[in-house]
Amino acid sequence: MLHAKLTVSTLAIIALSATASSARDQVQVAGSSTVLPYATIVAEAFGENFDFPTPVVEGGGSGAGRKKMCEGVGENTIDIANSSSRIKQSDIDLCGSNGVSEIMEVRFGYDGIVFASDIEGPEFGFTPSDWYNALAAKVVVDGALVDNPNTSWSDVNSALPDQEILAFIPGTKHGTREVFDVKVLEAGCEATGALEALEAAGMSEEDCITLRTDGVSVDIDGDYTETLARLDANPNSIGVFGLSFYENNTDKLRVATMGDVTPSTDTVASGEYPVSRPLFFYVKKAHLGVIPGLQEYIDFFVSDEIAGPDGPLAEYGLVSDPELAATQEMVSSGTPMGGL
Amino acid sequence: MTDMSAPSSGKTSLLRLDARTKKRNAAERRFRAYGAICVGIAVVALVVLMASILKNGTSAFFQTHITLDIELLESKLDKTGNRDIAEMSKVSTFGYAPLIKNAMEAKIEELGVDIEGLKKPQDMISKEAAAQLRRFVLANPDVVGGTYEFEFLASGRIDGYFKGRVTMESAERDKNVSPQQLMLADAMKEEGSLNTSFNWKFITWPDASENRPEAAGLGVAIIGSFYMMIVVLVLALPIGVAASIYLEEFAPKNWFTDLIEVNISNLAAVPSIVFGILGLAIFINFAGLPQSAPIVGGLVLTLMTLPTIIIATRASLKAVPPSIREAALGVGASKMQTVFHHVLPLAAPGILTGTIIGLAQALGETAPLLLIGMVAFVREYPSGPPEGFFDPAAALPVQVYNWTQRADPAFVERASGAIIVLLVFLLVMNLVAIILRRRFERRW
Repeated sequence: MLHAKLTVSTLAIIALSATASSARDQVQVAGSSTVLPYATIVAEAFGENFDFPTPVVEGGGSGAGRKKMCEGVGENTIDIANSSSRIKQSDIDLCGSNGVSEIMEVRFGYDGIVFASDIEGPEFGFTPSDWYNALAAKVVVDGALVDNPNTSWSDVNSALPDQEILAFIPGTKHGTREVFDVKVLEAGCEATGALEALEAAGMSEEDCITLRTDGVSVDIDGDYTETLARLDANPNSIGVFGLSFYENNTDKLRVATMGDVTPSTDTVASGEYPVSRPLFFYVKKAHLGVIPGLQEYIDFFVSDEIAGPDGPLAEYGLVSDPELAATQEMVSSGTPMGGL
Repeated sequence: MTDMSAPSSGKTSLLRLDARTKKRNAAERRFRAYGAICVGIAVVALVVLMASILKNGTSAFFQTHITLDIELLESKLDKTGNRDIAEMSKVSTFGYAPLIKNAMEAKIEELGVDIEGLKKPQDMISKEAAAQLRRFVLANPDVVGGTYEFEFLASGRIDGYFKGRVTMESAERDKNVSPQQLMLADAMKEEGSLNTSFNWKFITWPDASENRPEAAGLGVAIIGSFYMMIVVLVLALPIGVAASIYLEEFAPKNWFTDLIEVNISNLAAVPSIVFGILGLAIFINFAGLPQSAPIVGGLVLTLMTLPTIIIATRASLKAVPPSIREAALGVGASKMQTVFHHVLPLAAPGILTGTIIGLAQALGETAPLLLIGMVAFVREYPSGPPEGFFDPAAALPVQVYNWTQRADPAFVERASGAIIVLLVFLLVMNLVAIILRRRFERRW
C-alpha cells in the first residue's frame, strides 16, 4: 500500500513536470503598483476583444518588476515590466549580463501626484516652499539656517489654515516619493533660499530632502489605501496620493492646489500642475514573436481607444501622452531603446 | 503551653472556615474570575471581528442588476451584413458601448422621468455590459438587427447606493456618480427594471479590473486554491505518513533519528515566508516551473504542511497501545503486517484529523504565495487537471490581499466577502475533522 502510494505520487510528479515544458500562451506582466490598475484595465479589455488569453498582471513595485524582467530570456521569465520611474543604468546592466539585450521603452501617459485632506477639513493651497518649510529638517528663518520650528501650517504660510502639521507621504521605496522629493522638496528648497544656506554650511542639494524626524512627517510604505485609512484616523492630516486614486475617492478627499493650480488630467497634461511623472512599461524584445499576443497587447495598450484622452485609462485618471502617435509608431515598428 | 496550635478563641470546626481556608478559597475564586475574563476577552474579540467582517462583507453576496432592451444595430455591429464572425469580431467592446447608451436613453424616455442635469446615464451600467453583449453577439451572429432583453450589472456606485455605501450627499462630491443618476436609479427600481438579487457571479466569475468592481468574483481564486489543496494532499499525506511510520515504528532510536525529530519540530515553527523564498529559488528559478501556477504554490504549501502532518501522525501512532502490537506479533504477524493491518487503521482518524487541519492551515496561507507570483491579476480560468496545475491562477487569501489594495471603495466589500468565503471553507474543513475524530476515534 505504502509502495503503491509512493510510486503513484512519484509518477504524478514526473507526469506533471513533463507537461511543464509546454509553451506559455499568455503574456506575463509585473511591476509598479501605480501602473497596476491601468495594466489590469488594458489586460481585461485585451482579453475581451482578442482571441488571446487575458494577460496575467502582477504588482510588486517598479524596481522589483524591472529586476524580474532582467532575470533572463525564456518562458518562465516575465515579458513586460511596468514602471512608474525610468529604468536605471543598473537595471540595463543587469539585463545585459543575463542576455536580455534589447528592451523597448514605452511611455504611455502621465500621472499627477496630489495633496489631499479630509473632505470635512479646511481648504489648502500650497506651494513647494510651504511643503519644504513644513517638512524639511533644516529651514531658513530670518536668514539663518535652523532646525525646523514650525508646528502649524499657519506658521509656514500665514495664508494657510491654523492646523497642526501632519503629513503622510509615500515611503522611500515608492516611485512617488522620488517625484515628491524632486518636484516639491527640492523646488521648495531652492525657492526658500534654503539651498543657498545649506551650501554655505557645506552641505549639498541632497540635504534638501532630509526630513524632520519629530513625527510630523510619516512615511507610508503601503499603498494609497493605507494613506487613506491614516487620513481617516487623523482628520487633521494631509496625505499624498496619485491623481487616479483621488479621482476614485472624491467623496472622501479634498484636494489642495499647488501653486494655485488644481490638479486634474487637463492641468497635468498641459504641464501647469507641477507635480507629475511619466509612466512606462518595458518590453523584452526577445519575447516578441515568441509569446503569442505580446505584440498585439502592447499595440493595444498604446492605441488611441485605450490610452487616448477619451479612453478608459484617461477615465480612470491617467493623463494621456500628447506624443502618443510617436509612441504608437515606435511600438509597432519594435524600436528598442537606446541608452539612458 | 501544651495547646499551642489551637486558636485562643473557641475550637476549630470543619464546618467553620478558618482564615487560611478562606484565603485559599478566595484565591480560587479570583483565579476563576480571571479565567472567565480571559475567555470573555477572546469571545469579544472574535465577535467584534466576525461582526465587522459580516457587516462589510454580506453585501458582496447581493448585486444590483439593470434590465434593458438592447437594439443590436446592424450598422454598428456588422456593416457589411455578411454575418461573418471574423469580420464582426473586429468590432471591439468600444463599438458596443453606443448601443447601451441608446438603450439607456430609450429607457429614460419610456419612464417619462425628467431629471434636470442628468449626465451620462450609461455610466450607471457596468463596463462589463459591452463585453457581455459582444460575447452574446459573436456566439449568435444571427441576432444582429433584432432587439433583445439583457440583464446587466449596475455600476459599483449605483450598487453601493442600494447597499447604503453611497448616499445623495456623497454622490454630490463623487466624480463617478451624480445625485441625478441615483434619482434615475430610484425611478428604475420603482418601475422594476432595476433589482437586487443574490450574486452567484461573486463566487463564479473571475477577478475584474479597477474600472468594474461590480464584476469581480472569486472563481479563479477558488479553483486555484482547490488545485493547490489537491497538490498538497497528494504529496504531503503519503510522504508525511510514510515518514512518520518509519520514524515511529521502524527507525532505530539513536542520535541521528533524534536529530531528525528535533528538526521536524523546528520546521513546524519556521515562518511561512521562508518557504516562499525557498519555493522561488528552487521551483521557479532552478526547476523552471512557471510563475503564478498552482503547482508551485502547492509544492511550497506541501513543504509547509509536512511537519504538521508528521507531528500529528506520530502522535496518533504513539497513542495506539503497545498491547495491540504485541498481540499481533504474538500471533505471528510480521512487523510490517502489525503496522499496516493493526496500528495504522487504528491511528487513521488521528492522521486524517491532522491532515485536514494541516490543509486548512495551508488554505489560509498568504505569505509564501506573495513571492511566487500568485498575487496577480488573473482572469482566465485555469484548464482542467493536470495541465491546469501549470496555468496561472490566484488563491483565496491572496485575492483578499489584492482587493484590499484597490482604490475603488467597492472592493472593500468584495474583500470582506472573500474573507467570508474563505472562513466558510475553513469552518467546513475543521468541522469534517471534528466529525471524523468523533466517529472513528477509539479510546483505551
